[in-house]
Amino acid sequence: MTDNVHTGNIHTGSIPDERPPSNTVGPVAWLRNNLFNTWYNALLTILIAWLLFKAIPPLLDWLIFSANSFGTPPQVCRQEGGACWTFVSEKLRFVMFGTFPYDEQWRPLVTIVIIIALVLASCDRRFWKPWLALVWIAGLTAVGVLMWGGVLGLTYVENTLWGGLPLTLMLSVVGLSVAFPASVLLALGRRSQLPAIRVISVTYIELIRGVPLISLLFMASVMFPLFLPTGVNFDKLLRAQIAFIMFAAAYMAEAIRGGLQAIPKGQYEAADALGLNYWQAMGKIILPQALAISIPPLVNTFISFFKDTSLVIIIGLYDLLGTAKAALSDPAWRGFYREAYLFIGVIYWVFCYSMSKYSQKLERDLRRGHRR
Amino acid sequence: MASETPDTARPSAPGGVSFSLSDPTVRAVFYQVLVVGIVIAVGWFLIHNTLDNLSKRSIATGFGFLEREASFGIGESLIDYHPRDSYGRAFLVGVLNTLKVSIIGVVLATVLGTLIGVARLSSNWLIAKLASTYVEIVRNIPPLLQLFFWYALVSESMPPVRQALNPIPGVFLSQRGLFVPVPSADPVWGTMGFALAIAVIAVIFLRRWAKARQERTGQPFPIGSASLGLLIGLPLIAYIAGGAPTALDVPKLQGFNFVGGVVLTPEFFAILVGLVVYTAAFIAEVVRSGILAVNWGQTEAARALGIDSGKTLRLVVLPQALRVIVPPLTSQYLNLTKNSSLALAIGYPDLVSIANTTLNQTGQAIEGVAMIMGTYLVISLGISIFMNWYNKRIALVER
Repeated sequence: MTDNVHTGNIHTGSIPDERPPSNTVGPVAWLRNNLFNTWYNALLTILIAWLLFKAIPPLLDWLIFSANSFGTPPQVCRQEGGACWTFVSEKLRFVMFGTFPYDEQWRPLVTIVIIIALVLASCDRRFWKPWLALVWIAGLTAVGVLMWGGVLGLTYVENTLWGGLPLTLMLSVVGLSVAFPASVLLALGRRSQLPAIRVISVTYIELIRGVPLISLLFMASVMFPLFLPTGVNFDKLLRAQIAFIMFAAAYMAEAIRGGLQAIPKGQYEAADALGLNYWQAMGKIILPQALAISIPPLVNTFISFFKDTSLVIIIGLYDLLGTAKAALSDPAWRGFYREAYLFIGVIYWVFCYSMSKYSQKLERDLRRGHRR
Repeated sequence: MASETPDTARPSAPGGVSFSLSDPTVRAVFYQVLVVGIVIAVGWFLIHNTLDNLSKRSIATGFGFLEREASFGIGESLIDYHPRDSYGRAFLVGVLNTLKVSIIGVVLATVLGTLIGVARLSSNWLIAKLASTYVEIVRNIPPLLQLFFWYALVSESMPPVRQALNPIPGVFLSQRGLFVPVPSADPVWGTMGFALAIAVIAVIFLRRWAKARQERTGQPFPIGSASLGLLIGLPLIAYIAGGAPTALDVPKLQGFNFVGGVVLTPEFFAILVGLVVYTAAFIAEVVRSGILAVNWGQTEAARALGIDSGKTLRLVVLPQALRVIVPPLTSQYLNLTKNSSLALAIGYPDLVSIANTTLNQTGQAIEGVAMIMGTYLVISLGISIFMNWYNKRIALVER
C-alpha cells in the first residue's frame, strides 16, 4: 500500500482559517456596504450625519443637560432656557387623573392598572377562551365601581370630574368591547343574502366611514338631546361614548368583512353539507376562522381608535390631551407646551407602539399556522 | 358572494300557502321585515322626539337661516367675505378652506410619503433607519396632539408682530404667521397662465404623437426634455413679451399687523404641517409595501433586456407597484380630508369650524350637523370616484 507516500504537500491536520479580507467583513466593510456603496449614498450619508450632528446635541442639551431639575420654579425655568421638568412633576396628578378628588386619586390609578392588566391578559393567546369575556365583564364592573363609587364605602364621584389617562383608557376599552359584537353583526349583515339587511348594513357602514369623527361627536353633543323624549337625558360622557361606539363599529366591521371574504367558499359549502343552519355555520365554522384572520387589521383599528379618543377635547371632556392642555392654561405655567406635549406624547406612543408591535408578532404567529 | 343561506333559492313547499318559519323563503322575508320594521320604528321614535323637542324649544326647522346675516368674521378666505354676508356664504368660505388645505395637503403628503417610503428601502443604512424612526414615531401619536404642538410652536415661540423676524428682505415671520412678498397685479400673469395651459395641451398631443411614431417606426423621441421645454418656455416667452414686470407687493407693518403680500397664517401652517407630517407616515408604508410587492425577478428581467435603471423603475416596477398602492392610498387621501376637520381645535376656519359657529349662533343643530356630514360625504365620494377611475385605468388587463 502506497497510499500515504505522496502526502508531502497535503496537510493532514487542519490549518487555521485565514481571515477574510477586511473590505468584505468587519466594521469597515459594513460602512462601505451600508453607508458609502455609491457616490450619491456617500454624499447623502455625509449630509445626514452633518444634519444629525447639528440637531441632536442641542436637543439632548435641552432635554437633559441644561434641563431644569424638578422643583425649579417656572420663572427661573423661563430664564434658564432648558426643559422645565418641574411642569411635569407639578402637574403630574392633574394631567393623569384630571379633576378627580385629590384624596381619592388612588381609585383612577387602580383603574389604570386593572385596564392595562385586562388588555395584557387578552394579548396572550392561551387566554383566548370564552371565560375571558367574563373576566372582562368583572374587570369593567370593578372599574365602574372604583370610578363612580357610592358603594362599598367609596364616596360618589360624578363622571364630570373624571379625566386624564383613565378617561382615555375607559373610552377606548368600553368603546371597543361594546362595538365589537355590533361590528360582527354589521359585517355579517353586509355579506348577507337578504337584500334589506345588506342595504341597511352597507348604508350604515359607508355613512359612518364617509364622515369625520368630529361630526359624529357634534351629533352626540348637540343632536342626541333632541332625539330623546323629554325628561330623559344622557350625560356628556355617555353621549361621547355612544358616538365612539357607532364610529368604531363601522370601522371594525370593515376589518372583519376582510376576514370573511378571505374564507374559501368550500368552508360555507361544507357547513351547509353538514346541515348546519346559518347561525351554527357562522358561529362554529366561518367566524372562528374569519376573526383569526382579521386580528391584525382589527388591532390597527384599535390603535387608530385609541388615538382618536383625543378628539373628545373638542366637545369639552378632559381626556389625557385635554388635561394636558388645561394644565397649560394655568397662567403660572403658560408656554411649557413642549414639556407637556412631549410627556403625553410619550404615553400615547408607548401604548400605540406596543399595540402595533403586538399586532406584527401576532401576524407572524398566525401565518406560521398556515405554513405547510 | 358565498352562500350563507343557500336554500333560499329552493322553491317553497308544494302547495305554496304554508307560513311556517321553517320555510326558508318565509323566514328570509320574515327576518327582513322584522329588521326593517325595527329600523323604521327606531327612526320614527327619534324623529318624533326631535320634532317634539324642537316645537317645545320653538326652533324652526329648515335651511332658511342660510339667508340670514352671519355677523361673524372669518380669519382667512379664498373669496370675498364680510360679516354682513349670509350664513350660506360663510359656509361656502369654510368648504373652500377645507378643500384648500386638503388639496395642498394631499399633494405634499404624497410627495413626502413617497420620499420616505423609498428612503425606508434605501441601501443606505442611515437613511433607512431615519425613515423608519420617523414613521414609527409619527404614526403612534394622535394627530390632534401633533396639531396642537405645531400650532403652539408658531403661536408661542415666534416673536410678536413688532419684533418680527426678517430673515430675507420683505419676508416677515411672527406670531401672526409668515408674510412673503408677491408680484404686484399685472395683466402679464393672466397671459402666462394662458401660455401654460397651451403648453399643457401641446405636451399631451406631443406625447400621443411621439408614442404613435415610436410604435410605427421604433424611433424614440426625447419627450421628457421637449415637454419640460414647452412647459417652461411658453410662459417665459409670455412673461418677456409682457414687459417682464418686476414690481413686488411687499408686506409692510401697519398698525398691529402687516398689510400686503401673502400670508401663511399660523392656523393654516399648523393644520397643513400636521396633516402632511401625519399622513406622510402612512403613505410611506403604503408606498413601501407597494414596491416590495413587485417581484424582484421583474427588475432582473428588465436588466437582462438591457433596460436602464431609470426606465426599469418607470416602465416596469412602478406600473406594477401602483396597482397595489392606489387602493390604500385612496383611503389615506380620504383620511387626510376627514382629519382636516381637526382644524376646529386650532381655529382654522374650515367647514366644521364655521358650521359649529353657525349652529351655536342659530341653534340649528340638526341642519348644521347635516351640512357637515353631507359635504364630507360628497367630498369622500368625489375622491373615491376619481381614485376608482384611476385605479381602473392602471389595473391589470387580463387577456
